[in-house]
Amino acid sequence: MGHSMEYDPGLLATLHRQANQIRQESIRMIAAAGTGHPGGALSEADILAALYFSVLRIDPQNPHWPDRDRFILSKGHACAGLYAALALRGYFPIETLATFRRFGSILQGHPDMTKTPGVDMTTGPLGNGLGAGVGMALGARITGRKFRVFVLIGDGDAQEGCTWEASMLAGFQKLSNLVCIYDYNHSQVDGPTYEILSLDPVVEKWQAFNWAVRVIDGHDMPDILDALAWAVEHRDSPSLIVAKTIKGKGVSFMEDQAAWHGKAPNVEQAEQALKELMQEEQA
Amino acid sequence: MSDRPKMMQRAAFGNALVELGEQNPRIVVLDADISSSLYTSQFAKRFPERHINFGVAEQNMVIGAAGLATTGLIPLACTYATFATMRACEQIRSFICYAKLNVKIVCSHGGLEVGWDGPTHQATEDVAIMRAMPNMTVVVPADAVGTSALIRQVVEHDGPVYFRMGRNPTPVIYDPGQEFKIGKALQLRDGEDVTLVAMGVMVSVALEAAELLARRGIQARLLDMHTIKPLDENALSAAAKDTPLIVTLEDHNIIGGLGAAVAEFVTANRPVPVLRIGVPDVFAESGDPLLLFNKYAMDAGSIAARVAAALKGVPYA
Repeated sequence: MGHSMEYDPGLLATLHRQANQIRQESIRMIAAAGTGHPGGALSEADILAALYFSVLRIDPQNPHWPDRDRFILSKGHACAGLYAALALRGYFPIETLATFRRFGSILQGHPDMTKTPGVDMTTGPLGNGLGAGVGMALGARITGRKFRVFVLIGDGDAQEGCTWEASMLAGFQKLSNLVCIYDYNHSQVDGPTYEILSLDPVVEKWQAFNWAVRVIDGHDMPDILDALAWAVEHRDSPSLIVAKTIKGKGVSFMEDQAAWHGKAPNVEQAEQALKELMQEEQA
Repeated sequence: MSDRPKMMQRAAFGNALVELGEQNPRIVVLDADISSSLYTSQFAKRFPERHINFGVAEQNMVIGAAGLATTGLIPLACTYATFATMRACEQIRSFICYAKLNVKIVCSHGGLEVGWDGPTHQATEDVAIMRAMPNMTVVVPADAVGTSALIRQVVEHDGPVYFRMGRNPTPVIYDPGQEFKIGKALQLRDGEDVTLVAMGVMVSVALEAAELLARRGIQARLLDMHTIKPLDENALSAAAKDTPLIVTLEDHNIIGGLGAAVAEFVTANRPVPVLRIGVPDVFAESGDPLLLFNKYAMDAGSIAARVAAALKGVPYA
């Protein structure tokens, strides 16, 4: 696919490196905790890198800055990726990642906005992130603030009815300051979505709810940057980016395997995964 | 029946809301298609930019309120008690209470007092559900004056609040100048024989029952426990010390609500017998609320008889 913009090779290299780091840190965190959700953390890593290292107007020194852009990880189980991105961006020390899911940690099993600097919304129970994002986008409109709201949803979110209540209102209210990114990896806990509950046709569904929709390769950085630029510029309606992704992306034995939704790698598996990711980093 | 003038709590709420909207630009009002019923339509007309109708989508309204609260606004999410506390239960629990967000859940149609709409619309579990959530404050005003005064404090209170009103016009108990404080019960009469602890619309019923008891020579203390959480523990300690019996009165299941809250406190701190009067763990039916109250012995005459029997040592039924 051709890209509407030419990107600075330095920027692309940075984003690739950060995405790789998010993947490595996610594997380390989940392996150390012995519990967590690697599949979704790996599939969303490129999107998180683009957001946290290029798109979001944020200040890690001032996580409650009222005019900051908001990010909501509706698929809260994939928070290892988010915590890695926040640490890499400077919200808290990288060493904190080692406390993931442990007693007393600021890094809860699912995101907790009262404990973790940089987490804009508590999430976990699927289907609620988009509605919270709608509330934030309405709040921006009412308070006259210019921030944008980005919500990352997954297949499970898209099966929850609440997502569609939120989608309907956002389309009706023409919330152009709201961008939803759909980490469309076709894989849920019990197996592939096309065997359990297919989300297709995705584009037509969201268009029918009055959203502008664009489909991209969720692991192609110029594609992601193009789509995010398009979405924030788009007026008169909210925007959905359908990011086609691979669950477990970057680790050969996890790719497209539903079994890795919520299972921690053992020591050998983690070593193998990190070896592959470090090779990719050097490539 | 009481000869006091009657007024709808909802109407008092709607009037207060317009005044609050003038005073506080952070207040936003959310509806789920029943703004005419909640009397929020006056606010919507006066401040259209601060009113959002979510349509018939209560879960989205409540999670949307959570998002709005993060931007520094004070959202009041308004609907009927059954819909907010049960359909949107998880949104209230995991995104408002757990996240400690400054959202007010404002509901009418609490209890059997809903009457004709039937059990699907009669909220008899809502207080139990809301009370079980950490960080939640639960306020149930007794009349229109209490509604108007307490909603002002609810808006000023920083944190999640559940505010429960009845459906029908109810006797106005308080003078306009009456002071209210969240967490502080109001004593409407004093007595040494029994303490009646009432919530919401049952306060005016309890007043009548207390008068009937007085004719029998039984002097009842009466507390308007308008805040179910946090409970006024000082008032309950005094009641447990001063009177040999506490009777709770609520238009709600006797499981989990006011009666349970009072019994939990009293048994742990100063045990005295507690008779819980309310909906006896059943789904009721459609009909005139007076007939429903009568059926479940929640009317003034039945209450007086039950209290007198309890004082004579007749086992609670």
